[in-house]
Amino acid sequence: MIDLLFYLLIFPGLLFTAVLGLVVGWVDRKVSARFQYRVGPPFFQNFNDFFKLLGKQTIIVKDSVKSMFISAPLVSFGTLSLLAMLIGLPLFFGQSFGGDIFVVMYLMVIHSVMVVLGGSSTGNVYSSLGAGREIKLVLADELIFIIVILIPIVASGYELELAALIKAQSSGAFIGSVNGVIGFLAGLLCMQAKMTMQPFDIPEAETEIVEGPLMEYSGPLLGFWKLNHFMMYVVYPFLLILLYLGGFNLQGWGILWAVLKYLLIVVLMIILKNTNPRLQIDTALKFFWKILFPVVLIGLILAVLGV
Amino acid sequence: MTKNRIPLGPFHPLLEEAEYFELQIEGETVVDLDMEIGWMHRGHEYISEQKNFTQSIYLVERICGICSTSHPIACVRAIEDIDNLEIPIRAKYIRSLVGELERIHSHLLWLGLAGHFIGYDTVWMWAWKYRETVLEMMEIISGNRNHYGMMRVGGVGKDVKPKDIPDLLDKLDMIDEKMEMIAKVANDDPVLKARLKGVGVLSHEQAINYCATGPTSRASGVPGDVRRDDPHDAYGMLDFDVITAENGDVYDKLVVRVLEILESSKIIRQCLDKLSEVEGPILNNVEEISPGEGIGRYEAPRGEVFHYIRSDGSNRPVRHKVRAPSYVNIPTYEASCKGISVSDALITLASVDPCYCCTERSLKIRSDSEEKPDLLELSKQKTERIRREYNGN
Repeated sequence: MIDLLFYLLIFPGLLFTAVLGLVVGWVDRKVSARFQYRVGPPFFQNFNDFFKLLGKQTIIVKDSVKSMFISAPLVSFGTLSLLAMLIGLPLFFGQSFGGDIFVVMYLMVIHSVMVVLGGSSTGNVYSSLGAGREIKLVLADELIFIIVILIPIVASGYELELAALIKAQSSGAFIGSVNGVIGFLAGLLCMQAKMTMQPFDIPEAETEIVEGPLMEYSGPLLGFWKLNHFMMYVVYPFLLILLYLGGFNLQGWGILWAVLKYLLIVVLMIILKNTNPRLQIDTALKFFWKILFPVVLIGLILAVLGV
Repeated sequence: MTKNRIPLGPFHPLLEEAEYFELQIEGETVVDLDMEIGWMHRGHEYISEQKNFTQSIYLVERICGICSTSHPIACVRAIEDIDNLEIPIRAKYIRSLVGELERIHSHLLWLGLAGHFIGYDTVWMWAWKYRETVLEMMEIISGNRNHYGMMRVGGVGKDVKPKDIPDLLDKLDMIDEKMEMIAKVANDDPVLKARLKGVGVLSHEQAINYCATGPTSRASGVPGDVRRDDPHDAYGMLDFDVITAENGDVYDKLVVRVLEILESSKIIRQCLDKLSEVEGPILNNVEEISPGEGIGRYEAPRGEVFHYIRSDGSNRPVRHKVRAPSYVNIPTYEASCKGISVSDALITLASVDPCYCCTERSLKIRSDSEEKPDLLELSKQKTERIRREYNGN
């Protein structure tokens, strides 16, 4: 029991994910700034932002559905902590249970659902537009993402445990094969969409609908939304490492190798973010369904054939 | 489907200035659009009528911070038009030089903002970094990075020193290089094309019907350009092309502006070339302005800017009328924004490079009582009064 609480609240769950997320969020801001000839924020900026927001006043919209408005960011926060634990346990301790990959798949959607609920609970026209766009974006990327998870399952010989997936990669990571490369790249794009970063920052488009679903949030609740975003910087890349890059080997030089794997994904995401404009929602939908879907399907077939 | 209203403004990240638009949407599609201008009204025309001619040039410079030499050029041309004054040849080249440098900086500013509006912050920062070079060139020429204070009735206020010319040419080389890079990016980037092609189309016919000017009309294939159609200052002696495009969408407006920057740089090179050869004064002494009226046109970065000035022989304009290009470009939203999605409509709003502080020469205060006269009626009465007074003189 104590073990479980430790896993959930400290490592690899809430605390570890939140702190690492804020640090990586700083890396993102700093690297983006260097991309754009700017200096970028100091190291503790994200921490300061979060603690500042905790101390600010929370304004709750009069006409909103209050329970939904308040619970959405907190539920999302809890889900992400749980996800961090479920993905971290096989990565760091080699523990998992049968079929936990399905639990992960379901929990991954909850953040998007909470964004939709929180956004639509306020009645603000920008928020509801953003919530509508979030629904469309989930529709766009979810199927691709499921196939991205399916490819390693097939490649490992139909293992349904995360720890077993890592074990299957002990002789060589899945990214070494053609289907692995396809799955990894498609997964990277899905991450981008799930984290609503360019080119898929459509639901939060600042210059169009002013942060969309988050528009009416203020104070600690906004702080939790921001923290959720930073936690995703840890959860999603870790899942991708688990599925395609063979997990972590935390002995000797393995630690450096693990950090490099993680940074590779983060830097790829930052490059994607900084070299692309925001797409329209229909273009994003077309991209995912008409272009990426056939590609990952081919990847899946290749995985079945063992190429 | 239910209709929703999206209020856009008066303060919104998309608009640099206070302005109000109301989009009627069905789902994500814009079905109607309402514009309410008048938030930036500062009474420039009235103030100008209280100042003398020299002061009013400085005043109109402050109408807009971006096209801050287009208004003075149009204004001095209007004053010179009253007496058909000629200006020294060296002054002509300097005027065109400053005007073209301003075009480059204005287009780069738009490029950056447009990048920001479509979520491409890298373009934003890069474009504004290159714009910095143009501001440095302006500082070398006029001593100011913005609000150059170069225009005078009868010439220009400051000469271009021959020793600065190599430095200016070096900086221009750098801008050319970067612009060719941006043109290449715009040509090659599939995501940018997917985002901007076919968005917010203003057809050739609509551009003519709405009397659009500047890059807005040129992107729709209407080759109107005051620099070529009414050659003034040095433009008649320079070799340049009027850039046009076919489709009238946002992508074409982007392309037209990027190519215009290259064209402006060509003009600047010719001006600098001539300035190192031509000798002479830069300012004619103008003692007084005789009674009469004059107009000045100038191709500002956003289109044709028009100034009308009437003098009664005193040292002050009795009437000063300003019409900025955005005044005719903003109504084109009616044609280009309907039937497209919200995200497309917003970049279309930004694509004409609207400048509201240039545009707003009048203010309408909403009132519930019906007795108050309509704005159009007031305007007609004012025009009638001016005509009567002028004929009386």
